[in-house]
Amino acid sequence: MTSLIPFIKPVMPFMAVLLRLLSVRLLVVSALISLIIACSPSSEPVSDLALNDSAEINDAEPSEAIVVYSSRNEHLIQPVFALFTEQTGIEVKYTTDKAGVLIERIKAEGKNTPADVLITVDAGTLGYAAQQGIFQTLDSAIVAERVPAYLRDDSDYWTGLSLRARTIVYSTERVKPEQLSSYQNLGADQWQGRVCLRTSKKVYNQSLVAMLIAEQGETKAESIVSSWVANLAIPPTSNDTKVMDAILVGQCDVGIINTYYFGRLQTKIADLPLALFWPNQTAEADSGVHVNVAGVGILKHSKNAAQAKRLVEWLVSDSAQALFAGVNKEYPINDSVEVNPQVASWGHFKQNPLPLSQAYVLQPAAVKLMDRAGYK
Amino acid sequence: MLNLLNLGKQLRKIGVWQVFLVVMALPTLLALLGVLSSFLHPDIESLSHLAQYVLPQTIKNTIFLVVGVGVVTTTLGVSLAWLTAVCDFPLRKFFVWALILPMAIPGYVMAFALVGLFEYTGPVQHFLRETFGSSSAFPDIYSYGGVVMALSLALYPYTYLMVRNAFQTQGLRSLEVGQSLGLSIRESFWRICLPMARPWIVGGTLLVMMETLSDFGTVAIFNYDTLTSAIYKTWFGLYSLPAALQVASVLLIFVVVITLLERRSRASQRFSQTRSAKSVAGRIRLSGVDRWLALLVCVLVFSLAFVMPVMRLLYWAVPNMNADITSQFLGYVAGSTSLSLIAMLMIAGLALLMAFTARTYNSPFAKIVVRISTMGYALPGTVLAVGLFVPVAAIDNVLGAMGLSTPLLQGTMVVMLLAYSVRFMAVAFTPLESNLLRITPSIDAASRSLGVSGIKMLAKVHLPMVKGGLLTAMVLVFVDVMKELPITLMTRPFGFNTLAVRIFELSSEGLWERAALPALAIVLVGLIPAFILIRKSDAR
Repeated sequence: MTSLIPFIKPVMPFMAVLLRLLSVRLLVVSALISLIIACSPSSEPVSDLALNDSAEINDAEPSEAIVVYSSRNEHLIQPVFALFTEQTGIEVKYTTDKAGVLIERIKAEGKNTPADVLITVDAGTLGYAAQQGIFQTLDSAIVAERVPAYLRDDSDYWTGLSLRARTIVYSTERVKPEQLSSYQNLGADQWQGRVCLRTSKKVYNQSLVAMLIAEQGETKAESIVSSWVANLAIPPTSNDTKVMDAILVGQCDVGIINTYYFGRLQTKIADLPLALFWPNQTAEADSGVHVNVAGVGILKHSKNAAQAKRLVEWLVSDSAQALFAGVNKEYPINDSVEVNPQVASWGHFKQNPLPLSQAYVLQPAAVKLMDRAGYK
Repeated sequence: MLNLLNLGKQLRKIGVWQVFLVVMALPTLLALLGVLSSFLHPDIESLSHLAQYVLPQTIKNTIFLVVGVGVVTTTLGVSLAWLTAVCDFPLRKFFVWALILPMAIPGYVMAFALVGLFEYTGPVQHFLRETFGSSSAFPDIYSYGGVVMALSLALYPYTYLMVRNAFQTQGLRSLEVGQSLGLSIRESFWRICLPMARPWIVGGTLLVMMETLSDFGTVAIFNYDTLTSAIYKTWFGLYSLPAALQVASVLLIFVVVITLLERRSRASQRFSQTRSAKSVAGRIRLSGVDRWLALLVCVLVFSLAFVMPVMRLLYWAVPNMNADITSQFLGYVAGSTSLSLIAMLMIAGLALLMAFTARTYNSPFAKIVVRISTMGYALPGTVLAVGLFVPVAAIDNVLGAMGLSTPLLQGTMVVMLLAYSVRFMAVAFTPLESNLLRITPSIDAASRSLGVSGIKMLAKVHLPMVKGGLLTAMVLVFVDVMKELPITLMTRPFGFNTLAVRIFELSSEGLWERAALPALAIVLVGLIPAFILIRKSDAR
């Protein structure tokens, strides 16, 4: 806290007046608070507030901390980094924020960015980051060997780290799996007033529709989306869990969700009357289940690129993969890694092999298409 | 004494204070220029799509929302303030401060709790279905009414606090005037008390409307599309920051219109308080049915806006309580509290300086500059955060090019506090401004004739007169900084976390069970200043 004093000094007289106004009681409270800060075992990060913290990063020797910007949340990345530090002795510092903000931040920081690595969710976002020119190529034989090509960037700017499937969920009480076949089929007459969808503002749905455009063409995709909208039982919900809640109480019978949300609900409710259905699997021509990734890229202006590469290569290794994916009930990026038993119980499925980089290229088209189709 | 007077004159000549005003407005100006500069690269393709399919609906929704929330919060805020400041009814003393508490609940937490309770899958409709076989008569929470309710319950305390300050200091006095003119209490209320409280009412409503314009979290839970949702969709969905900023400038037009309306509404009026606020008459003792009606209204608002969401949070938090209260968690509490405390002192201090300066140099220039520096409150937080971060990073990069070790500014608390002051200047300034209106020129003249002038006059004469407004400003800023998210996320140093950041991390993954504990902590810490404020303002 001491390093703050130069900045507070000019306003000190005013603060004094204010404090006098508020009298003793508040002073006591603030004193108590300062005491808590001073005594709490976690006073480290709090007292690191000012200049010295960032200076430290700047002076860092190459072998010191790797700095990660992440839009994947803290509780999902923290255990992974802890394991990395344990195994390699290299410290990882991170900050979290929304992906779009982090990308703008990296651009604004330019050459002086303290960050080495960006971890974010969704191929569209990764593609956007690459297009904004903030990444350097990975140039890693290990990544190329372990990660299937369609889950990596064509130009090698980023790689996927874990896989999530966006698939159909249905009520086992009111729907027979034989009635289901494909994403397109949810627009058929038999599902009139029985479909629930999450809002089109969520990037997961934007990517799904982008992939529909990639394989079906824009006109066809638009009529599919319109037919979904026509079959909606209730207005689009704000999240995937609400889709499942609505099916549970009988507001609708089928919906589209990410698998890990299903996993969480399954853990909470033992005999869940819901099941996952893998669409577009039967015919030879069927495209398979839409998958998306959480992924990573090394920043162009990383001052610690060698260590950053080491982190990325470690992240696609077997031990890291089991943890990175398992902690969020996702699928590892490589088939050889053993899947969390609960996730394995949902069965095998054919993935859509279209390169994920398409998701970025077609995402604006997908957003516009959904606006036109009246998908809110 | 003479020296001080001269000092004041000299300052005036050099224009130090004008410079101060401009410096205060500069960061906001930078952010606004950032928004407007997007027109240098118009993204015609995205814009024409937005204009055809998105903007008509979102603009309509935004107008409806701002008006709806404005009307409901003003009605709630004014009537509750009147009841607790001027009337007497059972449990009044409790509700005086209890009715402030919902302010500490972030809007999206309020929305989530309300939706969780009243939606089709929630316990209320479940109960109705179990008992009556159907809940179809129950209004849909995912509706215009639902959003307005959630936002109003979260925001009415702003109006309540400000208007209470007015009624507290002049309500009974105005009633006496009314009585001496032979007016009934009802007539006095409409014809004297309400018009006299107008600057506070308008100020509170203005704050609420700006907050509504910039809200994203609450409307997102209802999937109710406003201009702010359109901005985020354009930025993150269409990947067009320029088009997003162009939509943001539509938002700015809204702010300018609202501000102009407010200016106009009181351009011809002057507000002064002639004598001390102390009143000889007692409170109005409500009788019979009125007593219980007043109580009922308070109970209803308090239960909906506070008890219910807090119960919901407790229901989630308690099972995880032992595991989640760690030293790390206490660190979040300390981080949030100290940050809010420092920001509160700084922003209230700056707002005070600005208000005095603007009052002393009552020029059109000063007025415009002050308006600009309070506009940050209406911009969506994320847009403002990026708008400020870009120039700060650029300065750092220039300094770096000059050979200084960088980053000098990024990741420091200086940038954080600067950004907070841009965002919350309106919150601190508005309550002060209404109070300053009451200080008449004759008071200045009188104090000068007694040999008190210059800075001494500010400290000895004016400051005590705006005490109520200052206290309100401090509480509002404290709680607002506690709840703030986008700026904190973007500018916080590595490893520094606040309660709001923690709520965001967990709730954005749908882990509300664990987000509940930090949310409760925010409410708990927010209780402290609310309590102090009431003790102070009721002590008079």
